[in-house]
Amino acid sequence: MNSKKEKTLIFWLFLAPALIAFAAIIIVPFFMGVLYSFTNWTSSTRADSELRFIGLENFTTSILDPAFSYSFGLTIVYTVINMLAINFMAFVLAMLVTSNLKFRKFYRVGFFVPNLIGGLILGYIWQFVFNSVIPSLAKVNEIFASLGLPENLMLGNRNTAVLALVIVGTWQYAGYIMMIYVAAIEGVPMELHEQAMIDGATTLQRIKTIVIPMVAQAFTVTMFLTLVQSFKQFDVNVSLTSGGPSVIHGGLPIFGTELLALNIYNTAFLSNNLAMGQARAVIFFLVLAIVSLVQVYVNKKKELEL
Amino acid sequence: MINNKRSQTVAEIATIILFILFLSPFVLVVINSAKTANEVSRFPLAWPENWGNLFANIVTIWKSPNINYASSLFSSVLITVLSLVLLNLCAAQAAWVLVRTKTKLSSGIFFMFVAAMVIPFQIVMFPLLTWLRSITVLTGIRLLRTYAGMIICYMGFGISLSVFMFHGFIKSIPLELEEAATIDGCRRHQVFYKIIFPLLTPIHATVAVLNGIWIWNDYLLPLLVLGKGNAIQTIPLAVSNFVGAFVKQWDLIMTAILLAMIPIIICFLFAQKYIVKGMLAGSIK
Repeated sequence: MNSKKEKTLIFWLFLAPALIAFAAIIIVPFFMGVLYSFTNWTSSTRADSELRFIGLENFTTSILDPAFSYSFGLTIVYTVINMLAINFMAFVLAMLVTSNLKFRKFYRVGFFVPNLIGGLILGYIWQFVFNSVIPSLAKVNEIFASLGLPENLMLGNRNTAVLALVIVGTWQYAGYIMMIYVAAIEGVPMELHEQAMIDGATTLQRIKTIVIPMVAQAFTVTMFLTLVQSFKQFDVNVSLTSGGPSVIHGGLPIFGTELLALNIYNTAFLSNNLAMGQARAVIFFLVLAIVSLVQVYVNKKKELEL
Repeated sequence: MINNKRSQTVAEIATIILFILFLSPFVLVVINSAKTANEVSRFPLAWPENWGNLFANIVTIWKSPNINYASSLFSSVLITVLSLVLLNLCAAQAAWVLVRTKTKLSSGIFFMFVAAMVIPFQIVMFPLLTWLRSITVLTGIRLLRTYAGMIICYMGFGISLSVFMFHGFIKSIPLELEEAATIDGCRRHQVFYKIIFPLLTPIHATVAVLNGIWIWNDYLLPLLVLGKGNAIQTIPLAVSNFVGAFVKQWDLIMTAILLAMIPIIICFLFAQKYIVKGMLAGSIK
């Protein structure tokens, strides 16, 4: 066998398993998914016989559905708050664990641990904290008496339940984002700090003029990372609130903390409307695709500036 | 970062407080796993009266048909390990030929892998189930509720990022190394297995960590492919199944959670350095 033929043969042989798995699991279902979103796809067992194109109906119905527009708005609010909370907490943690602490390596590991456990389990732990541990504080002291009242349960009220989702989200990701900041901060040359201290700069001044500009690159990475993570949040949503409590929106009772990923899932399985769920998933994809394009654009621009 | 004496003390105290706050939920899991249902509802913050309850609860969870711990642990390990082995091998092979073949087709395929990283699971998940069912009808190979189906799914969902990571690493390996091997009589595939593959160890670790943590903790994909309460269950599925059946039985739920966390915490203690490094590398994708 000549070497050129052999090269082509190995090219396809080596690529085949990856390509087959990729095509079978991503590409085919992706195009099926886009296609199905324009149909009346309902029951998967006899889909082929009755599948009919209905144009944009799933999309228009979705957009007009108060539960969907509410979920969309809620997801944006949650994403923004979560993104800011995670990055703020992570930056504070990073500043602390890069200072001259005795056990800083140990602390880093501790802050990182929640990130290893899946969101589903984290959500159950915090459901226990919010539903049992915090109300039990009422027994400790009169000051906390109001925490024991059923109407004050954090997960029982829409606003505080969203806050609870943010708390768990921050707890889950702050340690991971912290590690990214730590890597960036430790990349700042020590001489810069020494020179600044000789010039009499305070800690805060050094953070503002040296650390923040030097870790600006890391900020772009972490902002997009947490944005996408928050926007896709599903596991914690399922185990912590399951979408509850319900609120009245547009005259209808709907799930008060149902983020988009959960709304898509519930639309397909709870309301048994696969095509509608699929149309929402397409909208979900478009939003994420736009975010990714913006990210690529921002990174390209940053590279040019450097 | 912070250097003068007073702010040093403030930083030390703030860190300790935050550290305690961060880890207290885990402490709550442990102490409440060692209580009876009554004790938990009386006061969750109290120290357990009798640590022997921990073993009693563990035995209950171990025997519970809802969680089926031994079998779930086995399934989770099997699915994760096989998916990782296949992903690492297939992605490394694919990335190598894509790097070393300079054609439009080759870069087109690579671009497709990278572009697919934008595709969220949600847009694929419903048609995937229909499609896997059609494959079974056409070929007779059962993919839903089987290990094979689960592992193929993880191959598909993990391959993009894995190929991308290997691609970046292999690009930095000098071509001269391969040319020398070819002159010495190495066949094309031998060049990969004998020369390149051994050089990939660090990136193998990174890719395995990135995929491993995600696959081990994943909930939605196993929920769809394996279903809750069927013969094959992963640990997250089993925990969710158990919580559904034993609503508000917090003593047992906490024990189930404790048992679910132990394997990954043990792994982390042994491979801490690689795990942190691997997850950091993944952030830059």
